Amino acid sequence: MDPRFDVELVGVTKRYGPGKPAVDDISLRIPKASYCCLLGPSGCGKTSTLRMVAGHETITSGDVLINGSNVTGLPPIKRGTAMMFQNYALFPHLSCADNVAFSLRMRGVGKAERTRTALEFLGLVHMEAYASRLPAQLSGGQQQRVALARALVSRPKVLLLDEPLSALDPFLRVKVREELKRLQRELGISFIHVTHSQDEAMALADMMVVMQDGHIRQAGSPREVFSNPATSFIARFIGGHNVLPREAGLIAVRADRCRLTDAGAGLPAQVEAVEYQGGQVRIVVTTVNGENASVLLPDAEYDADPVEAGMHKHLTWAPEDERRLAA
Amino acid sequence: MEYREPRPYTFYLLAGLMGLFLLFLYGPMLVIYVLSFQGPNGGVTFPMVGFSTKWFGDILKPGQIANIPASFGRSMLLSSVVTILTVVISIAAGLGFRRRFPGAALLFYLAIASLVMPSLLVGFGIGLGFTLLGLPQGLFTSALGAQLTWTLPFGLLTMFAVIARFNRSYEEAAADLGASPWQRLRYVTLPLLLPGILGVAVGAFTLSYDEYARTTLTIGSYNTLPLELYALISSDSTPTLFAIGTVTTAVSFILITIVLVAIMRLQRSRRMTA
Repeated sequence: MDPRFDVELVGVTKRYGPGKPAVDDISLRIPKASYCCLLGPSGCGKTSTLRMVAGHETITSGDVLINGSNVTGLPPIKRGTAMMFQNYALFPHLSCADNVAFSLRMRGVGKAERTRTALEFLGLVHMEAYASRLPAQLSGGQQQRVALARALVSRPKVLLLDEPLSALDPFLRVKVREELKRLQRELGISFIHVTHSQDEAMALADMMVVMQDGHIRQAGSPREVFSNPATSFIARFIGGHNVLPREAGLIAVRADRCRLTDAGAGLPAQVEAVEYQGGQVRIVVTTVNGENASVLLPDAEYDADPVEAGMHKHLTWAPEDERRLAA
Repeated sequence: MEYREPRPYTFYLLAGLMGLFLLFLYGPMLVIYVLSFQGPNGGVTFPMVGFSTKWFGDILKPGQIANIPASFGRSMLLSSVVTILTVVISIAAGLGFRRRFPGAALLFYLAIASLVMPSLLVGFGIGLGFTLLGLPQGLFTSALGAQLTWTLPFGLLTMFAVIARFNRSYEEAAADLGASPWQRLRYVTLPLLLPGILGVAVGAFTLSYDEYARTTLTIGSYNTLPLELYALISSDSTPTLFAIGTVTTAVSFILITIVLVAIMRLQRSRRMTA
């Protein structure tokens, strides 16, 4: 039987000591061949979760299933996962080809075949020209690609990436991001990617899992999460939302759905700052109740009715754009 | 011309002090090197009476008081064994101590306590213990033990410092790629620790090779080189002593240079990500 999920977490908990667990009874199902991003601030348990899936961290209670079989107590290599470490952890004493061939060497594959396979996988990430170089002779982006090739050699069913883009400069980050997505699609396996950047998660994920304090707060496609944030934490963390108190409780409204008007309905607000962002303009306001909010306008719309700091306006939005928040 | 900041007078003061220090350090040694080429009829002091390499030849002749070649052989053998044991035990302890276990701190302090204990007392205690228990004292029994009480604390401290800088993600990556614990040690951990291991080995060898205080009370009937030299100094003095000093210095210097170059090459080619 073909399992429907590449990865299933069932009531997984991780405790490092007495007190609050680092990961608290989380359950998650990752469908076949999906790009899953674990998103959250540092200390939310996303890396612990990834390391438990990888087998580098013992699971205090609960089960991890990969491709339908329970791998909870198995060593990393028996799980069908491969991990790419945050600092890449390329072996500094081995050439790129030997790094990529490492898992084959451990399995006792002969030298000729090892070299051939290593070159093939280096080719997959366009690094075959650097096969004989040592990792110290490569740039950060090149090291990252070698690390990727090394992880893929064992033909994992699930690739685990721990903050893979954090060591790269912003320009390269966007490029490598596209490459990761392309590879995931071509290989047809699942990627689990840990990040604290909502941009990264939005751009990459089929499934975005927002974590906080060891809990999964919301899981779904980036579009679902962005258009329907479940809690005030999520609305603030993924950005682009105004979180405002109403009589019935907190609500979230997307900043690009808010407008400023001169009079009438809406929340009285004072303009604090105007930021030009290229295609759009961000206007920061303080409401009469003292909350901060922002309005995103297409530049043409802003130019038709410009505002400046100190002006008194009214913050408005359509009622159907309001989202009630859980907490 | 390039403008240079004028140096304060303290610079010259400290430079002078450093010069004096170097003179005190290397002056006597230089005298020994020069005098080791003393002429065949010369003595252990200046002036030089001609020039010869006779005293170097004399090293190899077993004398009545001292047998330099035999004691040198014993010293080399003992120091090699001490080095191997120190390296193996330090690596094992260094890796083991990464895991916190009950009593770890106490065990650590116990292991390095023999550094602060007076060497003669340690040697005396070990000698006494062997006598009390009726065990034979000798090169590879009591002397080996006594030297390990000296080299092991140094080896442990060095290894702990080396391993503290070792990033565990390399081992995790190896495990992730299917390496068994043994393969992980063989193909990843040991090669990465190699510069530090070489350092521990050189340190242990040097400490052992010229150890006197602990060895003298535990050696039994056959002396190591330092003990033999001491016997030689206290009985008759010929420039042979100086010749031994010159040869030993040259050998140590070559050995240390080789190891340092090896360590530097290893580290330059790697530049590990911390």
